[in-house]
Amino acid sequence: MAKADVSTKILNVKLANPTILASGIVGISGAACCYAAKNGAGAVIPKSIGPREREGHNNPILVEFKGGFLNAVGLPNAGIDNSLGEIEFAMKNAGVPVIPSIFGGTKEEFGMVAEKMATLKPQLIEVNLSCPNTASDLGEAFALNADTAAEVIRIVKSEIKIPVIAKLAPNVPSIKRIAKAVEEAGADAISAINTMPGMVIDVKTAKPVLHNKQGGVSGHAIKPIAVNCVYDIYEAVKIPIIGIGGVTTGEDAVEMIMAGAVAVEIGTAIYYRGIDVFRKVTAEVKQFMEENGYNKISDMTGIAHE
Amino acid sequence: MERPLERPEIVEITKSVDEAEGIKTIFLKSDIKAKPGQFVMVWIPRLDEKPFAISYSNKGTSGALINPTGEIGITVAAVGPFSNKLYAMNPGEKVGVRGPYGTTYRLEGKKIVMVGGGYGSASLTMLAEEALQQGIKVKFILGARTKSRLVYAEQIKKLIGTENLIITTDDGSAGMKGLVTDALKQLLHKEKIDKIFACGPDKMLKAVADIGSAAHVKGEVSMERWFKCGGMGICGHCCVDPIGIRLCVEGPVIDFETAAKITELGEYHRLKSSRKEKI
Repeated sequence: MAKADVSTKILNVKLANPTILASGIVGISGAACCYAAKNGAGAVIPKSIGPREREGHNNPILVEFKGGFLNAVGLPNAGIDNSLGEIEFAMKNAGVPVIPSIFGGTKEEFGMVAEKMATLKPQLIEVNLSCPNTASDLGEAFALNADTAAEVIRIVKSEIKIPVIAKLAPNVPSIKRIAKAVEEAGADAISAINTMPGMVIDVKTAKPVLHNKQGGVSGHAIKPIAVNCVYDIYEAVKIPIIGIGGVTTGEDAVEMIMAGAVAVEIGTAIYYRGIDVFRKVTAEVKQFMEENGYNKISDMTGIAHE
Repeated sequence: MERPLERPEIVEITKSVDEAEGIKTIFLKSDIKAKPGQFVMVWIPRLDEKPFAISYSNKGTSGALINPTGEIGITVAAVGPFSNKLYAMNPGEKVGVRGPYGTTYRLEGKKIVMVGGGYGSASLTMLAEEALQQGIKVKFILGARTKSRLVYAEQIKKLIGTENLIITTDDGSAGMKGLVTDALKQLLHKEKIDKIFACGPDKMLKAVADIGSAAHVKGEVSMERWFKCGGMGICGHCCVDPIGIRLCVEGPVIDFETAAKITELGEYHRLKSSRKEKI
């Protein structure tokens, strides 16, 4: 049997395998990012960093339902000025590409954070346009509207030379339209999807479990939604896509890749399969490729469209 | 068997026992089976959810002796908005609880010592009891700032005998004047101890681990950091520098070797935002 090559590329950035630690999961610090890398992640995306310190929501921030999890963490972070050291630690020690994720409350704040983050010279920056859990203070997610999403990307691109990944939301009438808009605005890649808005109510107390009441659905339940979005985006744009949403096994990753992704981000599956889920998924992707005659990831990217 | 979903179960507070100034044991009607060292997350709807070490457990490995009633006990020190509210709640009122989570203490050897600082001794009483059941001799060093803040001294005395309990207070109002670490050094000098177990403030844990390692005695400490997802290992808020392990999954109980690798132990912790703050 031929040895399959599981390495992949996002633009010019080479990943030893297609599994990436998703933003918002585990990567609270440089050390936390390295821990995911040590457990097999092909790249890591730290938690999103904004213009200033944020505490995020009170607990509970995470609750399970049959088929997935619901979270509303609320973008806690130390603020860009306090976080550069953490990102730098990750870049020095992770041994894999580190892709900082940024957010802002206004378009201008995205630009400011991007500019400061760019001083570290990361190979890529993910622009989180789509957190569903901060409407109470940051307003509606930028990714819900093609014009605002594009405007943020334009501003970020005018501030920095580093390629940017636009992270999109699934809860829109046409993700194709949003994807096209960010591509035209200069986005170099797209990651999709962020979590889907949801709620879990505790019936004994008649109260939503999450302190933020509403949260974002992740895990198995959103996988078909994510695959569908990646499939749609692949038809709409030329830039590379990173698939996110419910990827738990190698087969899930392959499905996402066949829909059009060059790599996948993994988050909730850390709960289901442990922190070494990256290593496990990579081994399963490799085994699938070898059993099914695929030599490299690019042989599978988007083939569900053929 | 199907795994229960990760969400709080609403349970009644059955009993609330004053232990010391500002410290209570609160008993919850719960069939959670926990081992010494593990923790649960307690939820007060619309307020917050926080981790608590289990100080009494039903049907677990050991708790049945002192707690045969189908309850778990948690030690609550009224220090912040959440713990003050929980401290003030009465039997009959309800809270959410989920767990147990985290690593457990691992007993070994013939003679061990527990080092409990302040209400940190909560998770060690259950362990002392299990050790006795296994025929392990137990010494207990129990420290507090002052006499009125000492917890579980009477229970521990009953369990292991007065001669095996060493009390220290910072101001000398009970037991010997000084720190638990002073007492530990003396004990290690006098007696052969096979393993040390410690729970308490960060700086104390660091000192205990250093003293134990220097004396070539094995040991474990129970470390505390800000928990958000609390036991699910997803949010990363409790990852420690520089090794990145998650204290809610790979901890809270860690051995001296691991403790030695955690450079933030006794030095700094992360606030709710994740910004570092000196201890």
